[in-house]
Amino acid sequence: MIPSIPQPRFYKGLYTAYVAVFFVYLAAPLIVVGVFAFNDSQFPSMPWNGATLKWFFGDTRPAIGIFNDRQLLRSIGTSGFVAIWVTALAVFVGTCNAFLFERTHFPGKNLLYVVALSPLVIPGVILGISILVFSNAIANNVEETFGWDLAFLRPGLFLVIIGQFAFVTTITTLVISARLRKFDFSLEEAALNLGATRAAAIRTITIPFLKPALIGASIIAFLMSFENFNTTLMLVGSDAPLTITMFDRLKQGSTPALNALSLMLMVVSGALALLAVFAQRGGQGDKT
Amino acid sequence: MTAASSTGQGNGVRLGVVLLATPLLLWLLVLVILPHVDLLLVSLRERIAFRQYEFSFANYIAFFVEPLYWNTYVRTAVMSIMATVLTLIIGFPVSYYIAKIMRGRGKNVLFMMCLIPFWVSELVRTFGWMILLRESGVISSFLQWAGLVDGPVEMLYNDVTIMVGLVYTSMLFMVVPLVSVLDSLDDSLIEAGYDLGGNAFTVTRDIVIPHAMPGIASGCIVVFMLTLGNYLTPNLLGGKDSLWFTEQIYTQFITRFNWESGSAFGFLLLVLSSLIVWIGLKLSRQTLADTVR
Amino acid sequence: MADQFDLECRNVGKNFDRFVAVDNVSLTIPKGSFFSILGPSGCGKTTLLRMLAGFQEPTSGDILIKGKSVLGVPPNRRPVNMVFQHLALFPMMNVADNVAYGLRRRGVDKATINRKVAETLARVGLPDSGPKQISQLSGGQKQRIAIARCLVLEPAVLLLDEPLGALDLKLREHMKVELKQLQHEIGTTFVYITHDQSEALVMSDQVAVMNAGKFEQVGTPQDLYYNPQTAFVASFVGESNRWRGTVGETTGDYVAINLDKGGVILADKAAHASLPTGQDVEIFVRPEAIAIGRSDAAPDPVPGNNSLTGTVENVLFNGAASSVQIRETATGHEMSVALPQTGAFANLRAGDVINLAWHASQTRCFAGVLPSGIEGGQS
Repeated sequence: MIPSIPQPRFYKGLYTAYVAVFFVYLAAPLIVVGVFAFNDSQFPSMPWNGATLKWFFGDTRPAIGIFNDRQLLRSIGTSGFVAIWVTALAVFVGTCNAFLFERTHFPGKNLLYVVALSPLVIPGVILGISILVFSNAIANNVEETFGWDLAFLRPGLFLVIIGQFAFVTTITTLVISARLRKFDFSLEEAALNLGATRAAAIRTITIPFLKPALIGASIIAFLMSFENFNTTLMLVGSDAPLTITMFDRLKQGSTPALNALSLMLMVVSGALALLAVFAQRGGQGDKT
Repeated sequence: MTAASSTGQGNGVRLGVVLLATPLLLWLLVLVILPHVDLLLVSLRERIAFRQYEFSFANYIAFFVEPLYWNTYVRTAVMSIMATVLTLIIGFPVSYYIAKIMRGRGKNVLFMMCLIPFWVSELVRTFGWMILLRESGVISSFLQWAGLVDGPVEMLYNDVTIMVGLVYTSMLFMVVPLVSVLDSLDDSLIEAGYDLGGNAFTVTRDIVIPHAMPGIASGCIVVFMLTLGNYLTPNLLGGKDSLWFTEQIYTQFITRFNWESGSAFGFLLLVLSSLIVWIGLKLSRQTLADTVR
Repeated sequence: MADQFDLECRNVGKNFDRFVAVDNVSLTIPKGSFFSILGPSGCGKTTLLRMLAGFQEPTSGDILIKGKSVLGVPPNRRPVNMVFQHLALFPMMNVADNVAYGLRRRGVDKATINRKVAETLARVGLPDSGPKQISQLSGGQKQRIAIARCLVLEPAVLLLDEPLGALDLKLREHMKVELKQLQHEIGTTFVYITHDQSEALVMSDQVAVMNAGKFEQVGTPQDLYYNPQTAFVASFVGESNRWRGTVGETTGDYVAINLDKGGVILADKAAHASLPTGQDVEIFVRPEAIAIGRSDAAPDPVPGNNSLTGTVENVLFNGAASSVQIRETATGHEMSVALPQTGAFANLRAGDVINLAWHASQTRCFAGVLPSGIEGGQS
């Protein structure tokens, strides 16, 4: 149960073994993806034909390495573009929401809070189609009434950004609210007492306090956007973000280039994730 | 003078609230509420001619009449519930181990090891399972090498594989809330349970699980939601026969371009998920706001 | 013979890696007594208690409950129950379910459980609190429920891990008396650990003073106070004025102690017979053992009396616990003296010169000068 409760050694051993097996289960697919990035074969599958780096740097068909694959590189750029917009919007709105929910009182606040949480319980596919249907309806109406063609309301990057923003904002709101809730309000009062204006107090005291959460929320938002598939699938136009490109390739039959790309993604997102965790832990540290 | 300045401040504060609330209201109204209302309206109309629609339940009737749709719907719900329960059963002991048995640095390291895989795109994780399980995959090769089977074994494209993938993909969303809720359980409550004559089973049942209920509820809700709305995992691991409801929605929207029917399906999925989440909350006596704390 | 003791420890030791938490402790607790283990934090008292409850196994030695060894017996099968430091009441159950918890685990039938729970709740003075939630109880009520939850199981020994620590001062004073009374009524053996000497002295039949994993002294509260056996006990239990000095000449029944910073103090020869002349000693005199008088009314010389004069530096008024800080005229030693609240000294002011006197029998000396780092907690 806990270390202070004596238990037979057999059960302890069994329990530890179970946890070990669990971690093997967690790690296995990722390790396999990484290892097969170096397989000198046309397919990411057995047998092992020796190690190569051609799936990273190769420039001749059929082995085009990821760093020479125009289509892949462009989709990475597209994903990055989308993710930066989503992050900026979601963190900004999330911060406003956090202040609204933690600092103000107004009738209907609890109801609004529940609605703000609802994107968490709406499947991504449905969020995607609802925005698709709605934006399309607006575009059609505008076209009929004014004769203008609002191209950005048709499937494409604008809708992808909007769609991802719709649910990522809930996450950033939660992350930033959690931090703001721990803020000792008397610090701000002390700043006011020492002659700061309210805006200055928030800028010099509250925002620095929120910084770990803002960094954490930014990283989380960026990764969620970069890796989103379900919502994006429904809203994507001709410029495909990375996940959509990878999915199409996977459907066509994969080459180890996908492994190489996945490995790069793992390394980058793993590093970002660690950064996010430490940013938030650092924040907890200075509080205690 | 005093009255004026105080009302002035009152207006200022109110103005601040309005300014803060504007992005929130825009976000919720334009991106969440109105699109779903529109989705409902679209699902309730039938196309008569080009850009000619009228109110009708035809899309819903079609859903209940066509066994394929109906079966896929039920199958998706049942498999999602199974995946949720399995994730809970598999994840709970691990969460407990991390929260209550591990101490100090080992605990943080183990917890991080649980988190990191899930920062990697679901696509990559699913790809990993494909490499492991396909006919020419790692496990098949290993079994042949070990002499347990004679020829290559195809382990993709069946329900068990879908389940393995779904549980894998959802694990984080179960482990994180469980670890945090179990972490907050004071050791002395467990000790008191033993001291008063309890054993591993009764202490778990009477003390640990009731304490962990908010975490269990929030973990299950999120996992269920994600599973129900999953597209990648059933599609890639289950192949053509995966029969997942989100694939039906995709087909209606993108392949058949039948938005009315697709909207109806989307709405039915939303109703299903809301209903089951609601039942889950009632059964565990939690509220949605509790579960995100 | 052994079964007249509810609890017995034989040479119990506990090491964590190299650190010795409990060092060769032996104790016997007679049936129905209130036994306290008093010591500063980190002295090993909690470890000792947790070994009794079964949450830690001793590295060496044996623990017997009602004459039977309980080594290897898990905590859920030991006939002892524990009141935890933060009480550990189960927040997911109401009061009645908390109290019934142990009985349920024993498989007692429902009717008996209900009856016993009602009886026990009545016994701790909360007969109607059964359906309440734990969060609805006040601090003192929680305390009583935590005790009731154990008592309903009729344990051989009830272990209490500083349960009053979390209460505010007023309630703590009240609960001390209540706990003592409760123990007296039900007659269960209590083992109570605390770092608060007043809790230990007020409630206990026997107190063990623990320091650095060892028992320094076991005795009645009066014993500890009047006849401390070690410098640690003298400094930890009650207040003391302390000096360092060396043993000097013996005159009749009295021995002179030469203070390091000058001056001489008399002590009983009989009580300090073991100390050879020239031995370094620490000297303890309780502030309340020192009589004070106005300088104009010089006391009659009594044989064996220490008599000094000093200047009042500070009057620390604290009602009945008031004291005066005095600088001794001849040597400049600082002393603390209890202020009798008879009214005679109500107008004492800083700068007043007064006489101090105490009999040699009130002087305690202990061999060996403690390194200054490990002095007792409250002196």
